[in-house]
Amino acid sequence: MTGDREQKILEQLQDAAAEGTPVCITGGGTKGFLGGQPRGIPLDVSGHRGIISYEPKELVITARCGTPLAELESVLAGSGQMIGFEPPAFGEHATLGGTVAAGLSGPRRPYAGSARDFVLGVRMLNGHGQNLRFGGEVMKNVAGYDISRLMTGAMGTLGVILEVSLKVLPIPALETTLVQSRSPSDALDAMVNWARSPLPLSAACSDGERLYVRLSGAASAVNAAREIIGGEPMEEGEAFWRDRVREHGHAFFRNAGPLWRISVPATATTEMLPGSWFIEWGGAQRWLRTDLQPKAVQAAAAEAGGHATCFRGGDRQVGVYQPLSESLMRLHRNLKQAFDPQGLFNPGRLYPDF
Amino acid sequence: MKKNELYTALRRILPEDAVLIEEEDLRPYECDGLSAYRQLPMLVALPRSVDEVQEILRLCHDLEVPVVARGTGTGLSGGALPLADGLVLSLARLNRILDIDPVGRTARVQPGVRNLAISDAARSHGLYYAPDPSSQIACTIGGNIAENSGGVHCLKYGLTVHNVLKLEVVTVEGELVTIGGDALDSPGYDLLALMIGSEGMLGVVVEVTVRLLPIPERAQVVLAAFDDVEKAGTAVGEIIAAGIIPAGLEMMDRLAIRAAEDFVHAGYPTDAAAMLLCEVDGSNQEVSEHILAVRELMQSCGATEVRTARSEGERQRFWQGRKSAFPAVGRISPDYYCMDGTIPRHRLPEVLKRTTELSREYDLRVANVFHAGDGNMHPLILYDANNPGELERTEELGGKILELCVAVGGTITGEHGVGVEKINQMCVQFDAEELEQFRALKRAFDSRQLLNPGKGVPTPRRCSEYRLLRAGKGGGEAQEVGRS
Repeated sequence: MTGDREQKILEQLQDAAAEGTPVCITGGGTKGFLGGQPRGIPLDVSGHRGIISYEPKELVITARCGTPLAELESVLAGSGQMIGFEPPAFGEHATLGGTVAAGLSGPRRPYAGSARDFVLGVRMLNGHGQNLRFGGEVMKNVAGYDISRLMTGAMGTLGVILEVSLKVLPIPALETTLVQSRSPSDALDAMVNWARSPLPLSAACSDGERLYVRLSGAASAVNAAREIIGGEPMEEGEAFWRDRVREHGHAFFRNAGPLWRISVPATATTEMLPGSWFIEWGGAQRWLRTDLQPKAVQAAAAEAGGHATCFRGGDRQVGVYQPLSESLMRLHRNLKQAFDPQGLFNPGRLYPDF
Repeated sequence: MKKNELYTALRRILPEDAVLIEEEDLRPYECDGLSAYRQLPMLVALPRSVDEVQEILRLCHDLEVPVVARGTGTGLSGGALPLADGLVLSLARLNRILDIDPVGRTARVQPGVRNLAISDAARSHGLYYAPDPSSQIACTIGGNIAENSGGVHCLKYGLTVHNVLKLEVVTVEGELVTIGGDALDSPGYDLLALMIGSEGMLGVVVEVTVRLLPIPERAQVVLAAFDDVEKAGTAVGEIIAAGIIPAGLEMMDRLAIRAAEDFVHAGYPTDAAAMLLCEVDGSNQEVSEHILAVRELMQSCGATEVRTARSEGERQRFWQGRKSAFPAVGRISPDYYCMDGTIPRHRLPEVLKRTTELSREYDLRVANVFHAGDGNMHPLILYDANNPGELERTEELGGKILELCVAVGGTITGEHGVGVEKINQMCVQFDAEELEQFRALKRAFDSRQLLNPGKGVPTPRRCSEYRLLRAGKGGGEAQEVGRS
């Protein structure tokens, strides 16, 4: 059954290769808004699903690309574990493969690590239709180049992810969210300062008026940190981080117009650009609503030591990711050539050049 | 390429003391921490600036001279083994800490800075650099990048790849590129993950920005003795299943325990079959809570003795024994050979059993030191290089152990790298198409194959010969891996 699915994906890919027509790899169809405009014949991998192995004591789960994120999360929760980077789903049909290809991480990212930090191995098809396995199911593995992490966030431009092995984490014994009234710059100072102490932080954001902090860990540690941090406990903390922050349900994200994601050092000023801001990741990920031209936004982000992505609602033709230096772009083109010389996978999804 | 010609060209770029040519000066560079493999380089260059590194690489690229980058040479896989017709590019003189940002929690350093020096410099700000390979007193951050070094704390705090933000890299053409950035992520492909652990085969790192972590309020360690290795293995799984991620979780077998105890007098239980060291860190209350839980779990798994360090001094001693395990074993045997496979933890009992059988079969003692938390094993094969044929037997046994790791779903190297040492076993872990993908990736960075050639990824010819050799027939290249 699964072998059939894999065979079908391969045959579709071979057909596309024979005709020289690019494919657009799709899973649950939840992240079509992200990156450059999808082009090519849809290569649907959502049927290639199911958990292959899960050993809670090993902290590792391996599943096929089409496995729904929701299914993974519920199986993990059954053993008291979770996906450590708290990935945004942006829809109920989000799959593991799409999550890894998009490389997005949620509120826990600055404290627990990003999508690529948790990827231990992949099985994939490259542009020659070869079925390749890199990395594995162990935490430490330095045999060969780290291709599984390279695939993470590559937006499917280097190959079709067939299977992924992820490191998973225990669900913290206790999580508490605290709320304080603070201006954005005050909130940012607080987030940066707390991160300098060994506090059990697991999320921190500012919606412009209030600062929200989540603490996670052993009950004793969380309770002790609560005293240090202060603020009002939030009853619906879990739903707040999941629905409003991670899944962009907050009113800030529902407005029309381009939504920019600005990734900068947490210490960057809040006065970077005019517009309306939502500060996440303890200051390291900021969302911006502005009418400024893409060039102006990207220049300001670079000036602040980071980069800007037109995440949603902008002009996808001009390129949504921050342009790379010529030497870096050359390495990107070379890598694309090394994996997908015919240019079959997701053309233009990452950069207009390939 | 003639030696004198390259020397003259290098001297146009570098002062006299920055190019070594005399045999006595080259001798210290003939090997790294894996001293069974030795080769004198053609020349050694010791640049003091990024500009010099760029000029050296431009020159070598033009003249098609292979380049082997090197830190302090503590690597254990022969990754810095020189080539007879190649240049050793020592980054040891690029050894300045450029900046510590206590607010942004980063350190910007040159590649020749020692791992421990970063934590030393950050300590007054209440911060430290987490990856702590056993060689951290001597090894450089540049070498850590090349090998994606781990240490005893990586189950909780990750490997080098999880703790680096940005690299300045000189390409084989001599161009300076920034990979990663000061933010938590950067646009485009994750070249940072690709560079880290690439064994000097994709570029030369000339500057590193690492992430610093707040020093935990408290760390405490529990020592548990077991009369059976399997029980110790079970205890490891139970601790993880209980939702505790220890800061360190190490196992040693009897031979390793005794060697370490004789060496540093850490107070280890010398009659135990296996010993676990489990460290938890965090807030004061959290540590107390977890220590209690760990003690109970150890006891319920049949520990014959469970001890919590009574003082910071005792905690340090418990760790000193573990961190000195390699030199300790060095005292009970003329030579030892350190392996580095990683396995899924639940396969530990069968792997240890098979290792014991192999040890008997080859008539060589094996001491086991094990990063139990993350499945990374360091079997130490004890041998005497003066006994004819014993090194060869040792290598064969080592190869068997690595192939065993692959067979149970693990890997041939967890943190020491492939280098020249495990290049044959790469043919076991990866198939021909996977290896060809590695080669294609390498060409994307280094089309002339000048950066550390012959390491990391085997040629198709080597693999076919090794397969023949394994099948019991003769083989050429696979047997003559640059040893002298």
